[in-house]
Amino acid sequence: MERISTQGELEALRHRLQASHDPDQLIVRVCRGPGCLAQGADKVARAFREVIAAKGLEAEVKPLIKETGCHGFCKQGTLVNLAPANLFYVQVKPSDVEEIVETSLMKNEVVERLLYSENGTRYRSAAEVPFYKLQQKLVLRNLGLIGLLSTEDALMAGAYQAAAKALTQMSPNQVIKTVEDSGLRGRGGAGFPTGRKWRSAVKAAQKSPGVVYVICNGDEGDPGAFMDRTIMEGDPHAVLEGMIIGAYAVGSHTGYIYVRTEYPIAITNLSLAIEQARQLGLLGKNILGTGFDFDIQINRGAGAFVCGESTALFSSIEGKPGEPRPKYVRSVERGLWNRPTVLNNVETWANIPLIIQNGSEWYANIGIPNNTGTKIFSLVGKVNNVGLVEVPMGITLGKIVEEIGGGVPGENGFKAVQTGGPSGGLLPAKLKDLSVDFDTLTKAGSMMGSGGMIVMDQRDCVVDVTRYFLHFLEEESCGKCLPCRLGLKAMLEFLNRFSKGQGSLADIDELESLGRAIMDTSLCALGGSAPNPVLTSIKYFRDEYASHIVDKKCPAGVCKDLITYRIDPEICNGCRVCARICPQQCISGEKKKPHTINSSLCIRCGMCFDECPVNAVIVE
Amino acid sequence: MPKPTNNKVTGSAKGKAGEPPKDKAGFINFTIDGIPVQAREDWTVLETARYYGIHIPTLCFHEALQPAGGCRLCVVEAREGDWAKIVISCLYPPREGLEILTNSDRVLNGRRWIMEMLLADCPASPEIRKLARECGVTTTRFTIENPQEECLRCGLCIRVCEEIVGAQAISFGSRGVTKHVATPYMVPNDACVSCGSCVAVCPTLAAQTRLDKFRGDIALRTGHGYAHY
Repeated sequence: MERISTQGELEALRHRLQASHDPDQLIVRVCRGPGCLAQGADKVARAFREVIAAKGLEAEVKPLIKETGCHGFCKQGTLVNLAPANLFYVQVKPSDVEEIVETSLMKNEVVERLLYSENGTRYRSAAEVPFYKLQQKLVLRNLGLIGLLSTEDALMAGAYQAAAKALTQMSPNQVIKTVEDSGLRGRGGAGFPTGRKWRSAVKAAQKSPGVVYVICNGDEGDPGAFMDRTIMEGDPHAVLEGMIIGAYAVGSHTGYIYVRTEYPIAITNLSLAIEQARQLGLLGKNILGTGFDFDIQINRGAGAFVCGESTALFSSIEGKPGEPRPKYVRSVERGLWNRPTVLNNVETWANIPLIIQNGSEWYANIGIPNNTGTKIFSLVGKVNNVGLVEVPMGITLGKIVEEIGGGVPGENGFKAVQTGGPSGGLLPAKLKDLSVDFDTLTKAGSMMGSGGMIVMDQRDCVVDVTRYFLHFLEEESCGKCLPCRLGLKAMLEFLNRFSKGQGSLADIDELESLGRAIMDTSLCALGGSAPNPVLTSIKYFRDEYASHIVDKKCPAGVCKDLITYRIDPEICNGCRVCARICPQQCISGEKKKPHTINSSLCIRCGMCFDECPVNAVIVE
Repeated sequence: MPKPTNNKVTGSAKGKAGEPPKDKAGFINFTIDGIPVQAREDWTVLETARYYGIHIPTLCFHEALQPAGGCRLCVVEAREGDWAKIVISCLYPPREGLEILTNSDRVLNGRRWIMEMLLADCPASPEIRKLARECGVTTTRFTIENPQEECLRCGLCIRVCEEIVGAQAISFGSRGVTKHVATPYMVPNDACVSCGSCVAVCPTLAAQTRLDKFRGDIALRTGHGYAHY
């Protein structure tokens, strides 16, 4: 594609592309998000190509097959959208493709069995599905629409319009003012006002003239979180565009995107997007003829959770070990290479073009005051509609879990939700009317974090879950400061004792005191927020801790030292499923007669419990 | 004008020890434990406290080296009106009107836990036991993994080797709970100049113990032979 050297040329190119697009063109959009890919999206796309070629459809109707970014409804993958009929097929397997091609592409009819159905209703298009209906897709608007790696699609969807507007019609100060007025707060977790951050960077650069850096933090490492990954994979141009605007506002000419190596698709797609933008003249020297120079390079992280912390990220880019440094001088003043640096999260950068394009007032009206805009959450765990959701700030926790998420499957009931990743907090179901915004979540002892949301039911033990998160953080601690290196291990020792039914009630208070000490004295935010799951789980589930210690019982039936499995002879029909599956072979009994478990050999793996067709296995 | 008490000044102050600040301009007035103090513009809270002879325990701090802020023993509580925060004094720059508390409940709670965990981490060190006693900690409830361990991984030896000697013969190996002092890439090297600075700055006797382990055994040596961690 030729180089664009003015805003007019960009506009003309977009119009030319839109004019050449036939609205009746058949388009098959196959989701290639992380969830669908794991369920064989690439095979589905290949099957479409093969079947269409085999049927000779290419000559007459020429259907376009686009592999797109994440559509969001990961639980129902592989997702396929057909345009212009606007049909939405779920759980598509390669074997279904032939039927779709024959029915929907050739005869323009609907394959009923592949439509999404809920409570007896079948939904033809995605917009009608309750999961999507309650969402407000702004940052994710292009995902699922534009083909991966297609500059044409991105440009048609309006990519770089905002950057052109900022560079040609606005002064850097106006850009910062717009971002300030929009009320946008950093989506990486802490919720620092983005506009204020930029303003401070400009001030710092005035005090010490020289290089200024803008960095995109794509080091998403929370278990169960994939918001930033899907944006980087599905709409990389939005991130680049946000960074161009930010760089223009703060007077930077060098940008870095820090992505973990565990995200190879994100790295590939971003690299290609950067290459495409350079070819179009949207990165490099003299962007759009305005005389503004800016280029971006990708820095691959080695997958350390702590490198998502700003100062550790700088150390990592500088080629040092990824360890944080104490920051009593803020990174906008002394960041990367000790120069003023603006570091924002992927989602924050992706919000910037929207704000510039639509104005600060439009943005400020979304969400609630002081927490404007939308937030993307990855809704995972014991919830029916696992997936990626984008909702306006200030929506209640219950609405996300029960309405968008479709509630908790099975009969165990909604117990808690962990927001903000491993160092966030465990919020109980009774707080489901809690407004999901930065301030309310922090007040409740949790945090927004980057947007992971792990839903738990009554079969999840809080002591066990807290142990899991602490173990993760202990492994990810860099070991630079003592409270984090020794403290996480020490808290884990307390929890390990509790899970064995040891310890005393006073130990719960001691653990709280230790948690507060670690929070107070740790060097960086990893240690500073690591006690969150411990403190919130004690705050909201102290009874459950007490039953481990005093009654020596795990109410959820998880902690292996405190539970026994037995078979209810009244219910057992002697089908032998459990006996066959037991890895210890400690279940015995005659066919069609009640079975028994030999407790002395049982390792409490729970396989019999999970597999019993009549629910005769009881855990106590 | 407060009178700096010179008798305990350790030489950490960047000005001449004992010389009272001469004029008001360029000095920062704040209080430590209620005592009004004056700091030069580039002083940290710890430097000011030491100048005035106010004791704040430290392990990873050394006057000759850049502060790293790793041991967190020097935590103090900074207050200003309703705002209060736990900060580390070895790096915190004071500002006008700040109140610093070196012995508030939050500070003592933090310090007490760090000492109890250190007792389990390097139980063989008499210095750590002494410091723990100062904080009122004599026993630990945490698992002692290595009863012979003396090293608390403060990194002073590594920093002196890099910042002062310029040899970079030793570094940290691994990370997190398994972090330990080692030669780069865990391979013996001949970058060591046998200056003994690492032994001199070590707050426990860990560096000396390791040296003793290798001294005299030619087979374990390459080059100058200190860099055998």
